[in-house]
Amino acid sequence: MQLKADNLVCSRGGREVFAGLNFSLSGGEALVVTGRNGAGKSSLLRMIAGLVHIAGGRLELDGGEADASIGEQSHYVGHQDSVKPSLTVGENLKFWARYLGAGERTIDSALQAVELAPLADLPAAYLSAGQRRRLSIARLVAVPRPLWLLDEPTSALDVPSQNRLADLMRSHLAGGGMIVAAAHGPIGLERARELKIGPS
Amino acid sequence: MTAFTAIVVRDMRLSIRVGGGALMGALFFLIVVTMMPFALGPDLALLARIGPAILWLGALLASLLALDRLFATDHDDGSLDLLMMGRMPLELAVAAKAIAHWLTTALPLIVITPVLGLMLNVELRAMGTVALTLLAGTPALTFIGLIGAALSVALRRGGLLLAVLVLPLTIPVLIFGVAAANAAIVGPAPFGPPFTILCALSLASLVLGPVAAAAALRHGLE
Repeated sequence: MQLKADNLVCSRGGREVFAGLNFSLSGGEALVVTGRNGAGKSSLLRMIAGLVHIAGGRLELDGGEADASIGEQSHYVGHQDSVKPSLTVGENLKFWARYLGAGERTIDSALQAVELAPLADLPAAYLSAGQRRRLSIARLVAVPRPLWLLDEPTSALDVPSQNRLADLMRSHLAGGGMIVAAAHGPIGLERARELKIGPS
Repeated sequence: MTAFTAIVVRDMRLSIRVGGGALMGALFFLIVVTMMPFALGPDLALLARIGPAILWLGALLASLLALDRLFATDHDDGSLDLLMMGRMPLELAVAAKAIAHWLTTALPLIVITPVLGLMLNVELRAMGTVALTLLAGTPALTFIGLIGAALSVALRRGGLLLAVLVLPLTIPVLIFGVAAANAAIVGPAPFGPPFTILCALSLASLVLGPVAAAAALRHGLE
């Protein structure tokens, strides 16, 4: 499986954010996107997810499912956590698992993986920012998808949770998955390649 | 179909929980219809004559109430991004949200309609028929409103714009809804033709609404 970008152009609000971006990523590899604020890191991730229009160039996922778009084969964790405060922790995760096409068998193990299992019946309104972020990461475990798009995944996470996330990312890569992450600091992956966009 | 039912169940659950706004439509409808006799005075013949119009206007405004939040909450917390990344076509996801909205906003309103006959000097059997016209016509209001909700999703105070966008489109529904309800209460025009057209309007918007709303959401991305 391979994700290839060829001469990618991103334009937001009539302004060109970046142009001529090339990279390729194979199964088991991670790519960390770095750059100044406004360089287009988040836009690149949203572009791969199919949430931002591709202004030019090509983006392909070879070896994936033929009849599914790249977005349908990837997970996106953005700045917002997609957590409904009036639903419980378990209900939130169960909805996304059902919507994204996985069974409910994986719910408990996914909550355990982010150490939220004891809080499963608590309304999500009472979660801290870091716990909400972990709930949103639990989705990645509950529903298997080959490509993870993570926008500053470590923000709001404490050190043990950051290590936990790094473990999850490593086992995803070991299973042949791919990760594209936007970050300002290290995200805990030793063998990640770096893609720098925009002026330094 | 599990993804479809997952959305319906989640949205209904959200609207029943704290801050959700289920029953708001029915309560608003109740208060509008209750105020009318006080404003118009105790002229029973007049009340019976304009009763259907009051009921239909009340239902129309009530169905707009929570509509501006339909996509806005999902947009604000990032859920809309994920909804767009699902395997299910966005059109179906949008339709599922509209169905949940109709079940929590319009259906309670229809259920209380027969009781409101007391306020408007209309006998119970005729009110049953009016409730039937609302049952046939309110899906059109919800699914037309869906388009407005999708268009105004990114706006902070989209409510007023939504009303301006949506209300003109609901005029045919209002005309045939009131015509059918009038035929049931005072006659002498037949009930069948306006009621059939009302059903047709609902069925057409059931198909067109989700397609237009999904297109508006996709366009809003860029």
